[in-house]
Amino acid sequence: MPLTIGVPRETAAGEKRVATVPEVVEKLIKLGFSVALESGAGTAANFSDESYRAAGAEVFDTATKLWAAADVVFKVRAPTAEEVALMHEGQTLISFVWPAQNAELMQQLAARKVTVLAIDSLPRMLSRAQKMDALTSMAGISGYRAVVEAAGAFGRFFNGQVTAAGKIPPAKVFVAGAGVAGLAAIGTAVGLGAIVRANDTRAEVADQVVSMGGEFVKVDYEEEGSGGGGYAKVMSEGFQQAQREMYAKQAREVDIIITTALIPGKPAPRLITAEMVQSMKPGSVIVDMAAEQGGNCELTEPGQVVVKHGVTIIGHTDLVSRLATQSSTLYSTNLFRLTEELCKNKDGVINVNMEDDAIRGLTVIKDGTITWPPPPLTLPAPPPPKPTAAAKPAEKKGGHGHGGGGEQSSAQSVAITFLVGAALFWFIGANAPAAFIGHFTVFVLACFIGYMVIWNVTPALHTPLMSVTNAISSIIAIGALVQVAPPLTEGGLERPETWIVSLAVVSIALVAINMFGGFAVTQRMLEMFRKN
Amino acid sequence: MSVTLATVSYVGATILFILSLGGLSHPETSRRGNLYGMIGMTIAVLATVFGPQVTSAGYGWIIGAMVVGACIGVFAARTVKMTQMPELVALMHSLVGLAAVLVGFANYIDPAAAGQFQGAEKTIHEIEIYVGILIGAVTFSGSIIAFGKLSGKISGKPVLLPARHWINLAGLLIVVYFGREFLHAHSLSEGMTPLVVMTAVSLLFGIHMVMAIGGADMPVVVSMLNSYSGWAAAATGFMLNNDLLIVTGALVGSSGAILSYIMCKAMNRHFISVIAGGFGTEGGTPAASSGTQPAGEVVAVSAAETADLLREAKNVIIVPGYGMAVAQAQHTVYEITKFLREKGVNVRFGIHPVAGRMPGHMNVLLAEAKVPYDIVLEMDELNDDFPNTDVAMVIGANDIVNPAAQDDPGSPIAGMPVLEVWKAKISIVMKRSMASGYAGVDNPLFYKENNRMLFGDAKKMLDEVQAALKG
Repeated sequence: MPLTIGVPRETAAGEKRVATVPEVVEKLIKLGFSVALESGAGTAANFSDESYRAAGAEVFDTATKLWAAADVVFKVRAPTAEEVALMHEGQTLISFVWPAQNAELMQQLAARKVTVLAIDSLPRMLSRAQKMDALTSMAGISGYRAVVEAAGAFGRFFNGQVTAAGKIPPAKVFVAGAGVAGLAAIGTAVGLGAIVRANDTRAEVADQVVSMGGEFVKVDYEEEGSGGGGYAKVMSEGFQQAQREMYAKQAREVDIIITTALIPGKPAPRLITAEMVQSMKPGSVIVDMAAEQGGNCELTEPGQVVVKHGVTIIGHTDLVSRLATQSSTLYSTNLFRLTEELCKNKDGVINVNMEDDAIRGLTVIKDGTITWPPPPLTLPAPPPPKPTAAAKPAEKKGGHGHGGGGEQSSAQSVAITFLVGAALFWFIGANAPAAFIGHFTVFVLACFIGYMVIWNVTPALHTPLMSVTNAISSIIAIGALVQVAPPLTEGGLERPETWIVSLAVVSIALVAINMFGGFAVTQRMLEMFRKN
Repeated sequence: MSVTLATVSYVGATILFILSLGGLSHPETSRRGNLYGMIGMTIAVLATVFGPQVTSAGYGWIIGAMVVGACIGVFAARTVKMTQMPELVALMHSLVGLAAVLVGFANYIDPAAAGQFQGAEKTIHEIEIYVGILIGAVTFSGSIIAFGKLSGKISGKPVLLPARHWINLAGLLIVVYFGREFLHAHSLSEGMTPLVVMTAVSLLFGIHMVMAIGGADMPVVVSMLNSYSGWAAAATGFMLNNDLLIVTGALVGSSGAILSYIMCKAMNRHFISVIAGGFGTEGGTPAASSGTQPAGEVVAVSAAETADLLREAKNVIIVPGYGMAVAQAQHTVYEITKFLREKGVNVRFGIHPVAGRMPGHMNVLLAEAKVPYDIVLEMDELNDDFPNTDVAMVIGANDIVNPAAQDDPGSPIAGMPVLEVWKAKISIVMKRSMASGYAGVDNPLFYKENNRMLFGDAKKMLDEVQAALKG
């Protein structure tokens, strides 16, 4: 029996997102599900009840009715205690849960004997899982929004302009932390015309920063900062010292700082001190995207916009919600991709397959049993180091039995070719009669003409070239023609006439096939080549 | 017609032939080039027929044979499908080879031709006959086998006899030995035996040589046989003291040789190793011993998803291979291309030099499907553009897009230039199954994160993609 997917209205204060948009409702129905919606769930994200109805969803007027009707619940935020109370046994919940931070909630949910898939627990290293990665899509949105917020608070243009009145320099933006949010921020700021610099403790993201149009600022200290799973780790004291100096320098130079530095399960690192804020130009802006975890800036007040030392410090914790239409659309698409994985048969029934690495990672409670944390993921082993990779280039060339090939041997082979050629020429010159030499000269020169002419042929025409040279080689017909009926020679040697004529006539016929066929097919081919 | 007039006509024909080949340097001038070729051939034939070496007694024979041949030739040219071009070309090479053999025999038994030479000249003339027949016979039998392989009448797999190099060597020694016998023969009948034995050995050699070559090496073989047919004509020219034949033969011969060289270079293989035997012998062992099983998973997509990816792309590069020719999918490819281009998508084609079964095969197929030639580019022209490409679609190609050629020095195809489709944002490979290509090498491309596989017959899948695009 097809299951009903229920979408309640988000109850958290300031949360404008909705877990499913009308466009995705249609797709879910195509997968065989029916969809139920709590009235007004999409209003804050500009999706009316009517648009859901038009897409085929049933609209319930209260949350209680909806929770009762739904077999699977799609939510954005982790459920509140009231919402957990509405759940019934056998129900499946898909939402952000943060099991590490919400141990109490996990216990409550387990007590209701439900199944919970925490979208935040998705194993991000699986390439197959990327299409369901809501953390990434939300981070991208917040990075974008951070720049928009900064632009709103900043008193100047982002892009440099030359006006009739004079030149305006472009704004300088510094992005601390080049994760998904950081990269999105870099891309957005570059798009607005700013000069963007960025830093991250993970040196491998430098290329990504450059690819977004930013400039990677290195910390002058050697340490690898990648903490596994694509996240950063806590750095050593020496490194932090060097990093502080770099930040202090950037703070003096730039107009806008956007900080995105987060370490999983730890308070956000303090990157921007009060002195650094003081050293910034008046009118500068700091957007602290880590405000919810305490902030990367010492002076950040989470959820507030404050002005300190003439610098606007934006500590919004709801950046994603401020772009509710967009984030709802992306989030619901992530959930739809997950549903596709859960419902491979497209029959409207979900199958929480614990053998599947991605789904195993997501499932934090299965039928009332807490299954979080999942066992370490067995990623496909990286390719073993290639044994021959260290082989020298010279070996590489000769490595598969095609004969030598180094510089030296090629010089040798040229020398040998010359010697052989010279010997051959000398032999011919010494022995051959004059008539032969004449033909030989013609032959050699013709080879060279052929060589020069053919190199000019465009590769696209190689097939016509072959068929036309094939047609031209029918010139061998001349050999047959002259044998059919030659003028009688003096002396009148007896000639095996029948034999010669039949051989010659057969040859002419064969070659004529070639001659006419070759030119005709070449013509046919060449007529097909046309310009746009 | 006087001797001088005939000679001057031959010079004219020679010039026209050179211009004909020169015309092929660009599609715009190519049609004129072909016309030059036809005029040159007409002049050469007429000058011979009305020249001093042919009396009017032969006109009937000549016209009869020409008409018969012309009918067959034109019929074949009209009806051949463009996917069958390699077969047709191979078959035509065999005709030239056979004609060279027949002309050689006719010349040998003609006392008038032999009577005019003495001493060293006679020896050279006989060597010319001998060599002419040799090359002709190898071309003939080799081309017949190539035709069989290309048309699927014979398996494309290399047939490798044990000790095949020794067989070839023995054949060579036999040919040399009988060559000596032939030169020392005192009468026609005495010389006939070595000549016939040599012809038989050459025919066997031609068969053996091409049988040992795998399907993927066919472009080299076809162009090599093209070259041989030229050399056969040149040898005949020496035999008959005819400069026109020598020049034309040399032009064709060097043309084929250059094409073979280009093909070998495109596969990073030595000419000798291609001729000496197929990939099968070498390919099997290193692929297994290097033990680099590609890591990662294969992601399959449907035709509808492919259509979505294409619709959302700005830059698309299509890489066709032999699979497209087999499936006759070029017209559908063009329909899709046309549709996307009308939507403002920049669609281009990337052609590897050895894609298909003969040099330039893909270009002809795409031209047949009316794809304008200015969006059909060579590998070198667009390999740098892949990083800026949204979707690279590979249709029925495998080895020419194998990243192992660059990454894995142990791979049998290491060093072969390849189209870097994996640098595109998304690559879609259309393939019937996960089977490896002709080189027998696994393709790490299929396991790359940004690669998608669309399994199925190319034509059927592309039809579905087209339907999904328009729907």
